[in-house]
Amino acid sequence: MRVMAQMAMVMNLDKCIGCHTCSVTCKQAWTNRSGVEYVWFNNVETRPGQGYPRTYQDQATWQGGWVRTRRGRLKPRSGGRIKRLLSIFANPKLPSIRDYYEPWTYEYEHLLTAPAGEHTPVARPRSLISGRDMTITWSANWDDSLAGGNETAAGDPILARVSERVRQEYAKAFMFFLPRICEHCLNPSCAAACPSGAIYKRAEDGIVLVDQDRCRGWRMCVTGCPYKKIYFNHRTGKAEKCTFCFPRVEIGIPTVCSETCVGRLRYIGLMLYDADAVARAAAVENETDLYEAQRSVFLDPHDPAVVAEAQRSGIPEDWIAAAQRSPIWDLIMRYEVALPLHPEYRTMPMVWYIPPLSPVVDVLRDTGHDAEDAGNLFGAVDALRIPVEYLAQLFTAGDTAPVTAVLRRLAAMRAYQRRINLGEPPDESIAASVGMTGEQIQDMYRLLAIAKYDERYVIPAAHAETAQGLEELATGCSLDYEGGPGMGGTGPFGESSGRYAPIAVENFRALADRQRGETFVDPADPSRARINLLNWDGKGRPAGLFPPRPPSPRRPEESPGNPPKESPGSPEEKASGSPEEKQ
Amino acid sequence: MNTVLWVIVPYLSIVVFVGGLIWRHRYDKFGWTTRSSQLYESAVLRWGSPLFHFGVLLVLIGHVVGLLVPKSWTEAVGISEHSYHLMAVFLGTVAGMCTLIGMAILIARRRLVGPVFAATTRNDKAMYVVLGSVIVLGLLATVRANALGDGYDYRETVSPWFRSLFYLSPDPEVMAEVPLGFQLHVLAAFVLFAFWPFTRLVHAFSAPVGYLTRPYVVYRSRDPHPGLRAPRPGWDTIPSSGRRTAAR
Ligand code: SF4
Ligand code: SF4
Repeated sequence: MRVMAQMAMVMNLDKCIGCHTCSVTCKQAWTNRSGVEYVWFNNVETRPGQGYPRTYQDQATWQGGWVRTRRGRLKPRSGGRIKRLLSIFANPKLPSIRDYYEPWTYEYEHLLTAPAGEHTPVARPRSLISGRDMTITWSANWDDSLAGGNETAAGDPILARVSERVRQEYAKAFMFFLPRICEHCLNPSCAAACPSGAIYKRAEDGIVLVDQDRCRGWRMCVTGCPYKKIYFNHRTGKAEKCTFCFPRVEIGIPTVCSETCVGRLRYIGLMLYDADAVARAAAVENETDLYEAQRSVFLDPHDPAVVAEAQRSGIPEDWIAAAQRSPIWDLIMRYEVALPLHPEYRTMPMVWYIPPLSPVVDVLRDTGHDAEDAGNLFGAVDALRIPVEYLAQLFTAGDTAPVTAVLRRLAAMRAYQRRINLGEPPDESIAASVGMTGEQIQDMYRLLAIAKYDERYVIPAAHAETAQGLEELATGCSLDYEGGPGMGGTGPFGESSGRYAPIAVENFRALADRQRGETFVDPADPSRARINLLNWDGKGRPAGLFPPRPPSPRRPEESPGNPPKESPGSPEEKASGSPEEKQ
Repeated sequence: MNTVLWVIVPYLSIVVFVGGLIWRHRYDKFGWTTRSSQLYESAVLRWGSPLFHFGVLLVLIGHVVGLLVPKSWTEAVGISEHSYHLMAVFLGTVAGMCTLIGMAILIARRRLVGPVFAATTRNDKAMYVVLGSVIVLGLLATVRANALGDGYDYRETVSPWFRSLFYLSPDPEVMAEVPLGFQLHVLAAFVLFAFWPFTRLVHAFSAPVGYLTRPYVVYRSRDPHPGLRAPRPGWDTIPSSGRRTAAR
């Protein structure tokens, strides 16, 4: 047994309203640069739908993930080492920009310069790739909320796998949103496909990163990842991927996409797992066994033997404690309501999903039934084969049993809590019918419905015992700082070459304190009064949001009525200053 | 004049080549990439790029054998000058043509496909000129020597001179006698070497051979940079004495 810790996420799909806030904030934080216009570390796709990039789930075409060889070993679906090297000069399975979309901007200039005329001037779309005028025909969420109707949805590779009857009725039957980030897999095939060894899994927290200094732009990882969550920066010629917001997670605050999720549907926590068991589990013969196989590599952090072994492998005490409080453990192992996305890719993904019950509830309600009644709900879960089969294709390689079990558990919680809500005595038989106790149901309800920030995100800070500089850090993997490679600009050897400059990281500590604090930010406290809209958590009234109007038309920073720009011990000054300076 | 062309220029070029590579590696690891344009256009690249690269690799092998292996060695293992020459001319021409055609396809693609052209820097264009002339001059010299005369045995002249560069006792005189075509090819090659470290061609030096032997999944520890965690007071105990602390 070799215990390792993995930072993991669970998303509760019932709560996703498809608002794309996570995508937008992630983009602002990480890919708001040239070369990665089309890159969405976080995207939200409508199911049924083609996904992003189009039909990425069709591995017969895109060749992502692993396959099991006849000898029971794993090799990348796109071929072993020799084959990969031989195809290095032109990757035969690389999605082209058309499979994503051609990014564009608008000719806003024209709005200002157009001569006065009868018609209102328009800003025409201009391609960010070729610089020419273009017609917009696709984007990252072109088929949002089933736009394009059956025609677009028919291109859904998952839909193609469920039966004909299901396919015809599906789009009518239901729709839900699927937010996706990199899975930070236990067995990442992106790393396996990288000839340079630039993609690595961090030993401490399992976050999968691309070493920008080592990447040589061979683009094999793009093919290797079955979720197509590695993107090629066409300016710098390097691969980029979701970072699990490591600079934030390292100090114990959640990723940007989680932090900003309006539905509060994301959970982050640690999972301990047995690294020695991963290869065997990922290579089990039946694809439908992969879900259970992956669960079997997780180690119970409450088990003293596991704790002892974890200590021996150098996992710090506070990490073990965090693993014991992990909401991820509860959702995956205790309540068994979270499922992995496409376990059949054999990468052992670590962003799991609670499948949505809402389609079932909607059908019940639309047909005039009581959608809170346990009997009705159970009956509907069993009768509505369509959603269940589709969800099973997404989460359990087609095996409907685990999906049904999860939906029944969610249904039971719904019915059980309804009685409590109405002041009726709780009905233990509902809980018992899904193999739980009333108490467990209530615990699960608390976690799913009312868990506070600290319960949804249990993130121990990384250990760096020699912290000296808190503000100026060379993180080596960050790209977007003023004048750096990420900000465009042409170095001597083409786009974005040249040396790293240290990144001025926001002092996330301060932000974390504020997010956890139950008090409002006091605008009168000069050291904390400036509020950055991006960081503003909705607490307090936005009086402190704007500095008082300066008496003279000087720049606000210089006016005496304002808090001093550099006040020692007020890291928030930096935090709130940076995004504004960037604009 | 001979000394300038056949001693000073080669040594200068080698110094710039090696020094430039080291400097670039230290200064610009981030810019060290293929700068692939496959995302923009794939159909043509799929033909041109392998044709060019495999051609170039063959040419490289041919040059290594032709320049570095002394004639006496191949003769010692029983390969006559005639059969060596036949083989070299045949393989060399095929490889050279592959390279040339591949390159022509790639350059045409670069010019004609809008997004690819837009991503082409001036540095790239200069590089194409130099690289192209080296290849064309080399092919021309070979083809002319074999089509007009009955071949030219560069292994009697160019190769010993090339090796003598590395013994640090260069012999410029032999090069003076070499046909102009070969002279130009050699000079162009040294210009290319001097330019090499400053172009995208550096990616040739990151040929990922280590991939064949390393495990599929790479694990690495977090960078030992100063952490983002607030500094602890000195008397505070460190929560674990595992490898993470040991590493620092
Ligand atoms: S999901 Fe992330 S870790 Fe997994 S293969 Fe893709 S890029 Fe790699
Ligand atoms: S974890 Fe961070 S980088 Fe990854 S998708 Fe979320 S916001 Fe983007």
